[in-house]
Amino acid sequence: MSRQSFSGLSLIWRSFSKHASWQKQWRKATPKARYDAIIVGGGGHGLGAAYYLAKEHGLTNIAVLEKGWIGGGNTGRNTTIIRSNYLFNESAALYDHSVKLWENLSQVLNYNVMFSPRGVMMLAHTVHDIQVFKRHVHANRCNGVDNEWLEPEQAKEFCPPLNIKDNIRYPVLGAALQRRGGTARHDAVAWGYARAADALGVDIIENCEVTGIRRDAGGAVEAVETSRGVIQTRKVGVSAAGHSSVIMAMAGVHVPLESYPLQALVSEPVKPIFPCVVMSNTIHAYISQSDKGELVIGAGTDAYTSYTQRGALHVNTHTLDAICELFPNFRRLRMMRNWGGIVDVTPDRSPIIAKTPVPGLYLNCGWGTGGFKATPGAAHVFAWTIARDQPHPINAPFTIERFRDGYLIDEAAAAAVAH
Amino acid sequence: MLLIDCPYCGKRPELEFSYGGQAHLARPSRPSELDDQAWAEFLYMRTNTKGVYAERWRHARGCGRFFNALRDTTTDHFLAFYKTGETRPTCPAAAAVTGAAPSGLAGERTP
Repeated sequence: MSRQSFSGLSLIWRSFSKHASWQKQWRKATPKARYDAIIVGGGGHGLGAAYYLAKEHGLTNIAVLEKGWIGGGNTGRNTTIIRSNYLFNESAALYDHSVKLWENLSQVLNYNVMFSPRGVMMLAHTVHDIQVFKRHVHANRCNGVDNEWLEPEQAKEFCPPLNIKDNIRYPVLGAALQRRGGTARHDAVAWGYARAADALGVDIIENCEVTGIRRDAGGAVEAVETSRGVIQTRKVGVSAAGHSSVIMAMAGVHVPLESYPLQALVSEPVKPIFPCVVMSNTIHAYISQSDKGELVIGAGTDAYTSYTQRGALHVNTHTLDAICELFPNFRRLRMMRNWGGIVDVTPDRSPIIAKTPVPGLYLNCGWGTGGFKATPGAAHVFAWTIARDQPHPINAPFTIERFRDGYLIDEAAAAAVAH
Repeated sequence: MLLIDCPYCGKRPELEFSYGGQAHLARPSRPSELDDQAWAEFLYMRTNTKGVYAERWRHARGCGRFFNALRDTTTDHFLAFYKTGETRPTCPAAAAVTGAAPSGLAGERTP
């Protein structure tokens, strides 16, 4: 299948045939008996890994197995925030690698992922916040990551709807702003990677749930059992988000993960009013405006582990309380939809992108509440790890063994979000 | 919101409780004899069960006491509530649930 190219010109050209001549963006593949590598999980991370395996490492006889439909998990459920202003060197390198890939992703994939570096502003409400954020600003600058401190008036100038009066419970005392941060269209990321991977020969197999991992006498991976039959392969990359520990258990590997519901909601669509992304971890509000006009609001995780993809309403109302204080003119907006996704959280709130004790089994998980921003970067280094059977220097610190050896990348207190 | 049946106070809304994570995790009785891997298992590894899960809750805004519950993490339905120190109730629904994490972790021991 020759790949159709997307451009303004092709849009005009196809309009002559009333847009009836567009082809499907990827094939409906059926599983072959054997692949050189299999990716479990058809979200942005998994599809991206398949794309980079084919593009940069020449592995084209590979498949992505997705139990539902691609991009239907956390890729389609997050609030699309992209930033890289993490405290520690290891994290800054990983997330900034990702931001750099975001910047050219639409061109590279020939697919408009609508990356919009509109700026991510994190609000400080306490003296502690001010100290922590200023420390972040300095640490980020040392790592070549842009981040700057704003006084409340400057924050208001950057985001006019913001209430900086001292008549609220937690007044805004300042903000840290990463101008290179922003948002992207989450569905387009999955579709863009799927289309680009498919064009390179990757089989994208939906409605195919992995039910077991077979290992040979030496313990290495030899096949996966799926709802659509057994598929032989010597390499399996697991990128299954909230179900990562379930998949890893099939190969007898224990991972330090707990799966929690994380909720988000959107308002009715309104005209452009909100120019950036605002986050407040202290009073727990995450908000931006989509190009459709909906205010996209991230709520918190529920208290308990669950696989239900739903949570309790009080978690959402808690966030809306904060939003209404910070942005009083949103008080009369109606909320249109809310939903949940299952996020896999590690004890140090940093991901795992690594080889596992099982030869041929690789793992990309533990992204917790913030995996979307890392999609291109994580997929890129994960593909490297699978293809070369050794980690890329960027993901080398993100092992499972760090919990045994004491080399935690402890963003739990440092990631500037409430977990 | 979950409706949680505190063994001491009765049914109360989830807001009155704080979550205590996986139940029946016993602190090693001879800590100095543990190697790093065993410590990592105790500190960080949880079964993260998809299915019936024994977990701790604390009635933080009520009687203040810890207790245990069995909950199906695929539906969020509670199957049993029991006091700390009591053994985990056997639950007929538990056998039907698949996909649970492997047993044999350090965390699976019942004190």
